[in-house]
Amino acid sequence: MFTAFLIKYAEIAIKGKNRHLFEDALIHQIKYALKKVEGKFCISKTQGRIFVEAQSEFDYDETIDALQHVFGIVGICPMIYVENEGFEKLKETVVKYIADVYPDRTMTFKVHCRRANKSFPMESMEVNAKLGEVLLDTYPEMSVDVHEPKMTLNVEIREKIYIYSEIIPGPGGMPVGTGGKAMLLLSGGIDSPVAGYMIAKRGVKIDAVYFHAPPYTSERAKQKVVDLARLVSRYTGPIYLHVINFTDIQLYIYEKCPHEELTIIMRRYMMRIAEHIAKQTGSLGLITGESIGQVASQTMNSLIATNEVCELPVYRPLIGFDKEEIVTVSKKIDTFETSILPFEDCCTIFVAKHPVTKPNLNVIRRHEHNLDEKIEELVQTALDTDELIIVE
Amino acid sequence: MRKCRTIPATGGDGAHLFGKVRLFGMEVYLDNSATTRVFPEAAALAARIMCEEYGNPSSLHLKGVEAEKYLRYAKETFAKILKVNEKEIFFTSGGTESDNLALIGCAMANCRRGKKIITTQIEHPAVLKTCAYLESQGFEVTYLPVNGYGQISLEDLKEAMTPETILVSIMHTNNEIGSLQPIAEAGALIKRLNPATLLHVDAVQGFGKAKIFPKKMGIDLLSVSSHKIHGPKGVGVLYVNEKVKIQPILFGGGQQMNLRSGTDNVPGVAAMAKAAELIYEHFDEDIERLCALKEYFCEGVSKIENVKINGLIPGEGVRGTAPHIVSVSIPGVRAEVMLHTLEERGVFVSAGSACSSHKPQPSATLKAIGADKAMLESTIRFSFSVYTTKEELDYTLREMYDKIPILRRYARR
Repeated sequence: MFTAFLIKYAEIAIKGKNRHLFEDALIHQIKYALKKVEGKFCISKTQGRIFVEAQSEFDYDETIDALQHVFGIVGICPMIYVENEGFEKLKETVVKYIADVYPDRTMTFKVHCRRANKSFPMESMEVNAKLGEVLLDTYPEMSVDVHEPKMTLNVEIREKIYIYSEIIPGPGGMPVGTGGKAMLLLSGGIDSPVAGYMIAKRGVKIDAVYFHAPPYTSERAKQKVVDLARLVSRYTGPIYLHVINFTDIQLYIYEKCPHEELTIIMRRYMMRIAEHIAKQTGSLGLITGESIGQVASQTMNSLIATNEVCELPVYRPLIGFDKEEIVTVSKKIDTFETSILPFEDCCTIFVAKHPVTKPNLNVIRRHEHNLDEKIEELVQTALDTDELIIVE
Repeated sequence: MRKCRTIPATGGDGAHLFGKVRLFGMEVYLDNSATTRVFPEAAALAARIMCEEYGNPSSLHLKGVEAEKYLRYAKETFAKILKVNEKEIFFTSGGTESDNLALIGCAMANCRRGKKIITTQIEHPAVLKTCAYLESQGFEVTYLPVNGYGQISLEDLKEAMTPETILVSIMHTNNEIGSLQPIAEAGALIKRLNPATLLHVDAVQGFGKAKIFPKKMGIDLLSVSSHKIHGPKGVGVLYVNEKVKIQPILFGGGQQMNLRSGTDNVPGVAAMAKAAELIYEHFDEDIERLCALKEYFCEGVSKIENVKINGLIPGEGVRGTAPHIVSVSIPGVRAEVMLHTLEERGVFVSAGSACSSHKPQPSATLKAIGADKAMLESTIRFSFSVYTTKEELDYTLREMYDKIPILRRYARR
């Protein structure tokens, strides 16, 4: 029965003179999200409102689901509209609307009218009172509560008259594309997709880099990362995924450096490579799924060691999260099931039994010099053979 | 950047997924125990039936009759190969369904005589998991152990037999190490101890590699899978001796004498029969060739330092095991790494049993033959088919000689 949606957005309304940029970005993202939905839609912006109107038959559930993946949307209000043909017509529509939407009408309500179109003959207060009366007469089981109603019937009088009463929560945040771009280190685990999601939520476009180590990691592990990128891209839009062959670098480090420091030194090279691609492709920062103390390479000491090789800021949105909290988000954004598929990623293959948890920066730097002979060449080869996959 | 691919959210034919085989050197498919390449003749027959003679055998009209002749052809073919009656041949969706139907169908139909079942520790999950289900339904299952070569002992079987034993299920050829069981002897023993006890044999790996005659070997039920013998996937056979009391596990239109409802998979069944026919056409020479290849390959593998070929019985050479399966443990090289290394060179093998690769857990068969942790982690399986050539094995051996020393250098410390 619903044929249109009012899109509510909060934060972007306060952005002053930049507001139209944010609104345009939001509209762009909504259009992108709705492309995959069955049906044709018209998206319009009027007086601080974004409307999505269906122009054809459409799948309601798919539409809601798509809109719930668009950052910047706080609420989605399914609406019906009638031509502006006077109060009688409005009254009939409202009575029918209540009958259709609420099979059980034992509830409190209020009517909230906004009259943007002043040519309508009644004032909004009057519409509130009259419609309230009509509803009370038609449905004796309903009662009015103007302070904390169960249901608020919104009536917006514009060119047409829009009627809605439900608000379906959106994901919040800011429209992707308004906050620049950042490079996500995507591993295939539970954390990194969540980290990407959280930064994207602040309006940041996401690129990703994955370190592949054949034959130690399989094609299926790579497919898993592509699948994760695709799941995240439902929120972020297309993701440019860079696949870096890391095997030779990893083996070289394994050969030349103390085993307990392997992971840290490996991470340092991953950060260097990620930053290199980030700078080349216009990203303004790196994103990792690190959380203090989760594993040996994520202690504060270890973070100093991996942090110091980068000039760009490293965003770690999960830094204060417990594993359980991360899992909760990953289930919410549907990446959990894919993340726990048992394929080995390149961080675990040569991992030491007792990796250092408090690496000494000077020692690490000194041991990295063991790699001087060949490492630059290996890094360059890895960068040269970067495989770009556009996931959408 | 090397290349750029756009991967859409969805796509026809799974085009958005990976898995396109890239070729390096040559392509050598040595995973024939997982599945085989379909014989072109079988594929052509299936295609013709799908596009032209697509009737439903249950239909009364001519189109149905036309399709039905293929079912009869398939029954005749299998009846002839197995030396049994046509009415004892039933078509299923594959080895797993055949095993399920045999075990559950017989257990349920005979539970008033007793609730005891005997099987082995090294069965395929299609049998082991079905047994676990039957245990949950109040049946008591004995799992016979195996020796270091993956064989049960008739003594153990004799001891396990009781008057309440209604069913024994023993696999013909083990899918992981290729060990063979003394089926005929077991059949004779069971019938001597308790003529009412049924013997089911999972011959998914054995059919096509050995001559199996149920009536001469005391086998009452026999499972066969099409795609292990160059037929299409999704179809199989269950031989059920006419005296066996069995009940269906699928209910519906009453096809196949009410034992297996569901529209007959005519193209699949016909193609499977065609494949079986072809397999048994030059059976003796093909098996001779496979054995020679296996012998050659085992010799080649033995030249690698510190490797073990599993299941080979000393003194019996390769003849004491299946002619198409070679299980090799390479301590110091994790199976998955070996697999992907060979994969990069176009050689496709399996780590343990392909069916269990979705969940990395130690193989029950390898554990049962007493393999230690180092072996469990480092065992890969090569499995041959009539398409396998000596050149392919030479290529594979060369790759192993090249790569294993390097991989061992980077073993986990």
